[in-house]
Amino acid sequence: MFQTIVATLGLAALWLLMSGLYKPLIFILGIISVFLAIFIIRRMDKVDDHKLGYDIGIFSTAKYLLWLMVEIAKSNWAVTKTILSGKAPDSQKMFEVHVTQKSEIAQVIFANSITLTPGTVTVESEDDNFVVHALDFDDGDMGALTDMDEHVTAIETKNVGAVK
Amino acid sequence: MNFFQIFVEAISWIAILGGCAFMLVGAIGALRFPDFWTRIHAVSVADSAGMLLLTLGMCIQGGFTLVTVKLIIIGVFLFITGPTATHAVANAAMVSGFLPKGADEFRKPKIAHDAKTRKLKAKKKSPLKGGL
Repeated sequence: MFQTIVATLGLAALWLLMSGLYKPLIFILGIISVFLAIFIIRRMDKVDDHKLGYDIGIFSTAKYLLWLMVEIAKSNWAVTKTILSGKAPDSQKMFEVHVTQKSEIAQVIFANSITLTPGTVTVESEDDNFVVHALDFDDGDMGALTDMDEHVTAIETKNVGAVK
Repeated sequence: MNFFQIFVEAISWIAILGGCAFMLVGAIGALRFPDFWTRIHAVSVADSAGMLLLTLGMCIQGGFTLVTVKLIIIGVFLFITGPTATHAVANAAMVSGFLPKGADEFRKPKIAHDAKTRKLKAKKKSPLKGGL
C-alpha cells in the first residue's frame, strides 16, 4: 500500500511537470490516466509475484555515479582516438567477466555501466558471469572491469535478499 | 552582461559544441568501422558523451526553469535506455549466431525441439498457412 501511494504521488508529480496545461478537462484526464496506470501496475503485480528490491544505498550510488562519469570520459577519449586514427581496430575480443553482486538491481547497474562506457558492451548475462565484447582489448581492460565490479558491489546494502 | 553571465554562456556553448563533436565522431565511426561488432562501440560514443554534453549544455542555457527539469528527465531516461537498447541489439546478434572472429566458444548450441514445439514455431512463422 505504501508503494502504491508513493507511485501515485510520483506519477502525479511527473504529469504536472510534463503537462504545463492546467485547464479542468486536461487536469481530469491527467488524474484518470494516473489512476489507470496505478490500476494496471497493481494488476500486473498480482500476475507475477516478483517483488522488486532496491538494495542499494543512496549516497554510495551518488558517489558511484560520479566515479562512473570519470570512467565514461576516459573511455570516450580512448574510443574517439581509435575512430579518428583511421585504422580499423584489429584487437576486438569477447570474454567473460565475473559478477560479485547479489541483488538484481546492482547487477543491472553493473551491466549497464559496462555498456555505457564506450569500448565495451555487455552481450549476455549468465549465472555469475557477463559475456563482454571489447573494441580494443588489452590486458588492462580486465583489471578495469574488475575494478568497476568492486565499485558496484560497494553500493549494495549489507542485508541483500533479507526482504525476499 | 556581466562577467558571470559570459562565463556561464561560454561553458554552455563549450558543452553543446563538444556534444556535437562527439556525435560527429560517433557517426564517422559507425560509417567507417569494418563490421557490426565494432560499429556498436562507435555508436556508444554518441550515446554517452554526445548525449550527456548536449543535455548539459541545453540545461545551462535553460537556467532554473521547467525546461531544465524536463531536459534532466530526458537525460536520465536516455542514460538508462541507451545502454539497454545497445545490449538488446548485441544480444540479438549473439543469439542468432552472429559472432566476431575468435569468439566461437560463446556460440549457443542449437536446441533440438520436439515435434510440438516445432509445429508451434512453424505456425508463428506463417500464421495463416492452412487457416483460410
